[in-house]
Amino acid sequence: HCRMGQEERTSGGGLSTTILAIEFDGGVVLGSDSRVSAGASVVNRVMNKLSQLHDKIYCALSGSAADAQTIAEVVNYQLDVHSMEIGEDPQVRSAATLVRNISYKYKEELSAHLIVAGWDRRKGGQVYATLNGLLTRQPFAVGGSGSSYVYGFVDAEYRKGMSKEECQKFVVSTLSLAMNRDGSSGGVAYLVTIDEHCTEEKVILGNDLPTFYDQPPKYP
Amino acid sequence: MATLTVNRPPQGGFSFENCRRNALIEGEANKVGCSLPSARKTGTTICGIVFKGGVVLGADTRATEGMVVADKNCSKIHYISPNIYCCGAGTAADTEMTTQLISSNLELHALSTGRLPRVATANRMLKQMLFRYQGYIGAALVLGGIDCNGPHLYSIYPHGSTDKLPYVTMGSGSLAAMAVFEDRYKPDMEEEEAKQLVRDAIAAGIFNDLGSGSNIDLCVISKSKVDYLRPHDEANKKGVRTGDYKYKRGTTGVLTKVVAPLDLEVVEETIQTMDTS
Repeated sequence: HCRMGQEERTSGGGLSTTILAIEFDGGVVLGSDSRVSAGASVVNRVMNKLSQLHDKIYCALSGSAADAQTIAEVVNYQLDVHSMEIGEDPQVRSAATLVRNISYKYKEELSAHLIVAGWDRRKGGQVYATLNGLLTRQPFAVGGSGSSYVYGFVDAEYRKGMSKEECQKFVVSTLSLAMNRDGSSGGVAYLVTIDEHCTEEKVILGNDLPTFYDQPPKYP
Repeated sequence: MATLTVNRPPQGGFSFENCRRNALIEGEANKVGCSLPSARKTGTTICGIVFKGGVVLGADTRATEGMVVADKNCSKIHYISPNIYCCGAGTAADTEMTTQLISSNLELHALSTGRLPRVATANRMLKQMLFRYQGYIGAALVLGGIDCNGPHLYSIYPHGSTDKLPYVTMGSGSLAAMAVFEDRYKPDMEEEEAKQLVRDAIAAGIFNDLGSGSNIDLCVISKSKVDYLRPHDEANKKGVRTGDYKYKRGTTGVLTKVVAPLDLEVVEETIQTMDTS
């Protein structure tokens, strides 16, 4: 049973994770690590947990791999139908609502948390958390087992009105710190930047991640 | 068990119809003092690799029932469609039935679309079925094939999550096999090199994992042909005994000999053919 962090369940495949999304003026930046574990073994060290729901709407997966993948695929299908029905690109809030409806209705059976983020014409960049079936818009959201280690960092370092580049640096630093401390997060960092003009996917390999204090003490 | 057809959309949820019956049967069996036979697992090392021009799938051939080897030469590489094959680890019956069901549905689907089936389609069908059964169907699969978009390789877990990767391993021997892959995999290998790498990965599983053993089967799928090499490598041939416990005639002296013929006549003769397929 593949896990992406959070509560304990029987061993199997899981997306043990650090995921986060942050909004800037004109778009959003999503980030995730790439580790999928089954018990103590890593079954996929390069999984892209940023799943596309629509052209300008992505979601970040965490929790049980099977549950999260299935929710993302079902919502992808529902959004396709919805956008054809309304004849234009769907709102980010609609995508988040579809995810929230599934998470709420099957909250006893499912064990996955998806952060939905994207850009639409009406409200620009938006980030929604859908944990346990709630729907809340936030300036930034973190999730997964690795998030516990970086709450302090994000709370201290977040500034209102950051630019796109500053947001990307913020996301990459947060991921790097979490991957260093959380045993269930690791691999490479995936970054998705969505704004009015383009949707950019980037991979940052292990040795290109920023480094922080990591030196063993030099005692004689 | 819900039956899948292309025409009728599958019902949601797991069907618990047979669980009460199974519990009753188990109760009856325990009352008499015996236990139900345990599900035969395939222990297993299975793996797959994408090379230049196709995929190579590999598997060992041991099937275990508890701590006993139930089948020394079982086939774990299952046919899905002419261009798609699937290795199965976990409960032997589950992998067998799941792959046969999806193979049948995929053939109907291909007739309906008029095109060669795609690996992504097989992957979707398998993962949606396994998710619906919430992990109760213990089938861990390595799905590989080649279609109009090139070669593809997927690993599918019993709970319904899938990973699309250039090389995958599954089963109890997966760690040993993955160690070999991580050391020697290169993108765009030639066919012979890829076959040798898969053979070595399965061999690592066979010799270092108790749940895997016997021979190595390979399946090479490319645009023009499919090579189903069973066995590709008989890594564990049964040895020839060098000694003998039989005593020569005359070792023991015979004092008396009495021969009493039994006159029996044939009353009824029936022939029952054995299924050796």
